[in-house]
Amino acid sequence: MAKNKILILFFHPLFEKSSVNKILVENIPNSENITFHDLYEEYPDFDIDIKREQLLLSSHNIIIWQHPLYWYNCPSLMKQWIDMVLEYGWAYGKKGTELTNKIIFQVITTGGDKESYCNTGYNQYRINGFLRPFIQSAKVCNMEYLPPYVIHGTFKLSKADCNENGLIYGRLLVYLEKNNLNTKEILKYNYLNDWFSTIQT
Amino acid sequence: MIGFPQYKHNMETDFLFQAIIYLSAAILCVPVAKKLGMSSVLGYLFAGIIIGPFALGFIVQEGQNIMHFAEFGVVMMLFLIGLELEPSKFWKMRKAILGMGSIQLVGTILILFLGCIAFTDWNWKITLVISLALSISSSTIVLQTLKEEGLTNTSVERSSFAVLLFQDIAVIPILALLPILATSIPNKTNDIHQTLIHSFPSWLQAVISIGIILLIYFSGRFLFVSLLHFIAKTRLQELLTASALLLVVSVSCLMHIIGLSPALGTFIAGIVLANSEFRHELEGDIAPFKSLLLGLFFIGVGASINFKLILDNPIFIFVFGAILTVVKFLVSFTISRFYKKKIKHNILFALGLSQAGEFGFLIISFCLQLYIIPNILANQIMAIIAISMITTPFLHLINKHLILPKLQTKENKKEEEIEIIDEHNPVIIAGFGHFGSTVGRLLRANNVKSTILDNDSDQVDLLQKLGFKAHYGDATRLELLEAAGCENAKLFIAAIDNHKTNLQVIETIQMHFPNLKILTRARNRNDAYELIDHKVEYIYRETLYSAINMGIDILVELGHRKYTATRQGQQFIKNDEITTHKLAKKRYNKTAYMTTVMAEIKLQEKLIKSGLNSQIAAIDHCWDSEHLK
Repeated sequence: MAKNKILILFFHPLFEKSSVNKILVENIPNSENITFHDLYEEYPDFDIDIKREQLLLSSHNIIIWQHPLYWYNCPSLMKQWIDMVLEYGWAYGKKGTELTNKIIFQVITTGGDKESYCNTGYNQYRINGFLRPFIQSAKVCNMEYLPPYVIHGTFKLSKADCNENGLIYGRLLVYLEKNNLNTKEILKYNYLNDWFSTIQT
Repeated sequence: MIGFPQYKHNMETDFLFQAIIYLSAAILCVPVAKKLGMSSVLGYLFAGIIIGPFALGFIVQEGQNIMHFAEFGVVMMLFLIGLELEPSKFWKMRKAILGMGSIQLVGTILILFLGCIAFTDWNWKITLVISLALSISSSTIVLQTLKEEGLTNTSVERSSFAVLLFQDIAVIPILALLPILATSIPNKTNDIHQTLIHSFPSWLQAVISIGIILLIYFSGRFLFVSLLHFIAKTRLQELLTASALLLVVSVSCLMHIIGLSPALGTFIAGIVLANSEFRHELEGDIAPFKSLLLGLFFIGVGASINFKLILDNPIFIFVFGAILTVVKFLVSFTISRFYKKKIKHNILFALGLSQAGEFGFLIISFCLQLYIIPNILANQIMAIIAISMITTPFLHLINKHLILPKLQTKENKKEEEIEIIDEHNPVIIAGFGHFGSTVGRLLRANNVKSTILDNDSDQVDLLQKLGFKAHYGDATRLELLEAAGCENAKLFIAAIDNHKTNLQVIETIQMHFPNLKILTRARNRNDAYELIDHKVEYIYRETLYSAINMGIDILVELGHRKYTATRQGQQFIKNDEITTHKLAKKRYNKTAYMTTVMAEIKLQEKLIKSGLNSQIAAIDHCWDSEHLK
C-alpha cells in the first residue's frame, strides 16, 4: 500500500471567522503523513522563511493549496508565498527540478454557488478559468496539477451541509494518503469532488 | 628682555598652588563620598576639612578670601532655582508647595525656636538664626536618595520636591532678613552696609531699590532675551555663556550697589527668564560654574570648621543632632499623615527631609560674617548640620531593611483580603510604566483582561479608577504573585523598569509557577543575555525593534524602496536574535578574564562581523528579474 506524504498549505486571513474552512481543517486526519501548515499564523508580517518552505515542499509529494477565493483569486499571502518560495533554479529553470512530478491541487471555498461559475452565470467563467495562473505555474514547475476540490455557495450552507463536507474532505485526505493516484482518470473531471464521488460509491 | 616683577610672579604661583590644592582635594574627596553613598556636598566638606588647618593645614588664612569668591556660587544657585520656577509648573504644584511646604517649614522653625528658647541660654536672635538654618533640608541629599530608592515620579518624590521648592524660595527672605538682624548688633563693621545710596534719605533709597528691581524685571523680560537672540545668531557658544555670566554678575553688582542681597536679584532674574526659550541654554551655561563655585564654597566651610571648639563639647553636638533629626522627622511625618498618604510613604518622605542642608552652612556662615552668632556656636552648628546630613543615608538603610518589611506585610495583608476575590485574568503584567502600559492598552483594546502589579500606589489608584485590576506591591514577593492569580493565569508579562527586580520576579515565577509562560522586556543586549541564561524564551529588547524601525526609515530617506528596506529590517531582526542567542552562550569563554569594557568592545566587534554575514543572507532573489536572465 502506497504512502503519500501530503502538505496542506493553508491560507486564510480571517480564519477565526470562517465557517466552512474551520470544519474542513477540523476534519484533517491526524497522521504523520499529513502536514497542516497555517501560513497566516506563521508569517503575519509576510516575511516568509524561504528555506523552511522549500524543505517542507521537498519532504512531501502531494501539495494542497487550501484557501478561500477572494476577488476570484488567492489571498495575498499565497501570492507572496508563490513569488518567494518557487525560486528560479530551485522550483523551475534548467536546474530547478525539486518539484518535478509532485502532485498539486487547490481546495477552494467560494461564496458564489456552482451555477454562477459558468458562461451564463453572473461570474461569467468556470472555476478553472480563474485558476489559470496556478495551473500554468504548476506546469512550469513540472508538477501535476489536478482539478480543484471546491465547496461552492458557502454563504448558504447549513451546519449539517458543512459537517457533511468536512467528513468527505477527511475521507479524501485519507484516500490520497493511502492510494496511488490514477491522474489520467482524475484529469477527466472538472472538479476533484466529482472524481472522488465516483470512488466513494 | 622682559622680566616680571618678582612679587607678581610669586602671587601668580601662589594662586595656582592654591588652585591645585583646592581642585585636587575636591577631585579626591568627592568621588570617595559618592562611592560611599553620601552626597557630593559632604565630599566637598571633607575635602575642606582635610586641607584645612585642623588636618593638613594647607590653607590657613586664604580660606576667608576664597569664601568671598565662592559665595558667588550661591548667587548662581539662586539664579538657577529661579530658572526652574516655570510659572506653569509652579501653578500645577501650588497646593503642595504652599500647603505642605509652608506647614513643614514654619512648623519646624517654630518647634526648633521654642525648644531652643526653653532649653538653651541663647538670645532670641541667635535662636532664630539657628532654627532658620537648621529647618532647611538638603535638596541634593533628598533628591539623590529618592532617585537611589527608585522613587522618581512617585507621590513621595512629588511632595518632597514641593517642600524643597518652598524651602528654596524661603531662603531668599531669610537671607534678606539676616542683615536686618545684624544692624542692631552694636559692633557691626562698616563695610557691610556702605553702599552707593547710603547717604540718600531712606525713602529715596526705597524708591531706588524698587526701581532697580523693576529694571531687572523689564530688562530681563525684553532686553536680555532679544540680546540672546542676537547672540545666538552668531553661533558662538562661548558668547552665550559669556552673556549668561554677564547677566548674573551685573545683576549681583546692581544689587550690591543698592545694598540688597545679590541672591535675591539673580533669583528674580531667573524667574523672569524661566519662561523664555533660552531657559535650558542658560541653565546649561551657568550650572557648571555654580557647581564648581558651590563646591569651593563648601570646601571653604569645611576648612573653617574649628574642631578644637567642637571637641570641647562633643555630647552637645551629638545630642542636638539627634534631637534635630527626630524633630524634623516628626514634623514631616505628621504633615504627610495629614495629607493621607500610606504609612510607608510617610516614613520615606519624613526620613528624606530629616536632615539640615547646604543652605544651613550658607546661613550660618553669613551670620558669622555679620557677627550675629558667636564663633564657637557657629562651628558647633555646622558640625551638627554635617552630622545630620551623614545620618540620612543610614536612616534610609535602616528603614529599608528593618522597618519597611514589617510594614509591608501588614499593609499587604490588609489589601489582599479586600482585593483578591474573583481574580481569573489570563494575563498578569508586572510593572506598568511606559512599557507595561503600552502592552496593557493593546490588550485592553482587544478585550483581554489583565491583572496589573505596580509599586507606585498613585499609579495603582489611578488604574483602579480606570477599571483595571491593579495591585499595589513588590512583585518579587511570592504572596503578591499568588494573590494576583499566578496559579491560574496563562501569561506573565515581566515589564519592570529595573532589570534586577525584573530578573528576581522571573526567578520567583519560574520556581513557584513553572507552567506560567513568561514574556519579558529587556532593556538591551546585556539584559537579554541574562534572560537567556534564565532560559526565558520570549525576550523583547526595547532597543532592538525601535532601532530597526528607525534604521528602515533611514534607508528609506536615503532613497531605498520602503518594502525592500522593510524586508532588510525583518531579516536583520531575525539574524540579530539568532546571534544574540549564540553569543549569550559564548560570552563566558574568552571574555571572562577581560575587563567589562574590553568585553563590550569584543562583543561589538563580533556583532559587526556577524552582521556582515547577515546582510548577505538577507539578499534573496525574489522579484529580481536581473537574476532570471
